[in-house]
Amino acid sequence: MSAMESPAARAATRPTIHTATRAASGEPAVASADLRAKLQIKGLNFYYGGFQAIKNVTMDIPERRVTAFIGPSGCGKSTLLRTFNRMYSLYPDQRAEGEILMDGENLVTTKQDVSLIRAKIGMVFQKPTPFPMSIYDNIAFGVRLFEGLSKREMDERVEWALGRAAIWNEVKDKLSQSGQSLSGGQQQRLCIARCIAIKPEVLLLDEPCSALDPISTAKVEELIHELKTDYTVVIVTHNMQQAARVSDFTAYMYLGELIEYDITDTIFIKPRKAATEDYITGRFG
Amino acid sequence: MSDAVNSAAAAAGGGANPIDPANPLYRSRRRLNFILLAVSALALAFGLFWLVWILGVLLYEGGTALARASLYYQMTPPPGGDGGLANAIAGSFVMVSMGTLIGTPVGILAGTYLAEFGRNGWLAGATRFLNDVLLSAPSIVMGLFVYSVYVAQVGHFSAWAGSISLGLLVIPVVVRTTDDMLKLVPNTLREAAVALGCPAWKMVTGVTYRAARTGILTGILLAVARISGETAPLLFTALNNQFWTTDLNAPMSNLPVVIFQFAMSPYEDWHRLAWGGAALITIAVLLLNILARALFRKSD
Repeated sequence: MSAMESPAARAATRPTIHTATRAASGEPAVASADLRAKLQIKGLNFYYGGFQAIKNVTMDIPERRVTAFIGPSGCGKSTLLRTFNRMYSLYPDQRAEGEILMDGENLVTTKQDVSLIRAKIGMVFQKPTPFPMSIYDNIAFGVRLFEGLSKREMDERVEWALGRAAIWNEVKDKLSQSGQSLSGGQQQRLCIARCIAIKPEVLLLDEPCSALDPISTAKVEELIHELKTDYTVVIVTHNMQQAARVSDFTAYMYLGELIEYDITDTIFIKPRKAATEDYITGRFG
Repeated sequence: MSDAVNSAAAAAGGGANPIDPANPLYRSRRRLNFILLAVSALALAFGLFWLVWILGVLLYEGGTALARASLYYQMTPPPGGDGGLANAIAGSFVMVSMGTLIGTPVGILAGTYLAEFGRNGWLAGATRFLNDVLLSAPSIVMGLFVYSVYVAQVGHFSAWAGSISLGLLVIPVVVRTTDDMLKLVPNTLREAAVALGCPAWKMVTGVTYRAARTGILTGILLAVARISGETAPLLFTALNNQFWTTDLNAPMSNLPVVIFQFAMSPYEDWHRLAWGGAALITIAVLLLNILARALFRKSD
């Protein structure tokens, strides 16, 4: 589906947005009235111990759109993604400074329980990680954390989540089998279903297709295209063609800095910065 | 002809062709290879020889006692009398079970702290070190400890004291294996649980334990196998009892001490029973180890 749509067709269905990249002189990214910013990042710095991995990033993640982070290895795109759901809080020597505003609350300094933030911002990892339980329990595990549903309601929720992740038909007869008995592509869709089941507002996908074969990759990309009607999706990918196929906005990062952030077509067809063009055309990275 | 090739190659300045079978360097390498393989095979045979001999003697001497059904339902007899090891088997079973029940929760929780929460902090480091010391401490030390702290205070031997001393032996084993097995669970699984909004304790009990459960179970089985044969701690805590008893506050019969007592006696029938007891313990430990390995292999 989305993989086959031409860039022109996609551009025609998208509202225009006026964005300016965060240049060294400093102009913030601005959203038009069409699009609300779901996450507003302002002056974010991130450190692994003494090493600074993210340098003064400012950008807005628009609601109900797919935003892609691209860049060469080590540029900080996964690190940036992981700051959004406070994953770095698990590790004592990692820290962030700056602001990540969601619904007015600064996620970096909030006193709120971090688990509640993570319930609103879900994450799917590079390597599919089904829990060592049945497929049904994999989905139910997250739901049980926050809601006390009856057996029937839980069955419905599991079916809904698996259906939304486009895997219901393949697993509906084997819900009691271990989640680890599925193929790689199915496991990744199971992880996406697990993420969706708790009804988050934002979905963070950290190179979700890099461990998958092309057919599974196509299915997951199709899924992302459907999901963006309800969720804000941020995807990190090292595959530029995937970013071009799947995303509405793309951010190019290099060595911890945000070099350019704009509509995907602009980035890939007529980027403003020479550095971006070098990367896009494969001159390095 | 190969000599001509070799000398030609040597003349070319590159040395002899290394894969030519006539090359003396190659030949001496092959000789050394053969010698070392032969030496390690001989060492293997030497080690196996003793193990097979021990098992053979055990089963030969204890076999006749094991085959008699009365071993399993008659009490330990006075010298010259007809009897079995029923009270010793039951007593061992009770004290090993209770020791496991006492030691396992402590061990698992301590191991969880070390792997999940303490990680590399100072408390975790000190705990691991102390744990390794206790792991290799002689079991007689545990027995004497429980004797001076508990038995001497209450004034009599008891099955409780025996269970406690066995429990103290279980703890370091379970702590070590739990710590190691939990550390084997990949961090990506923990992050996946946390990304759903899971609080730490729930991540540990719901996901990490489940992922490591086979390994932890193996650790518990190995601890049980270890304490099944421990004599010294029981010698100072539960001592022995000629009769059947269900009173945990009284001395309780158990296989290792019975073997100790019967084997040192001059009576032939007591010797027979001691051999039977030794073979029984060995077979039980063997079965537990096989079970542990089968469980662990099935999880892969």
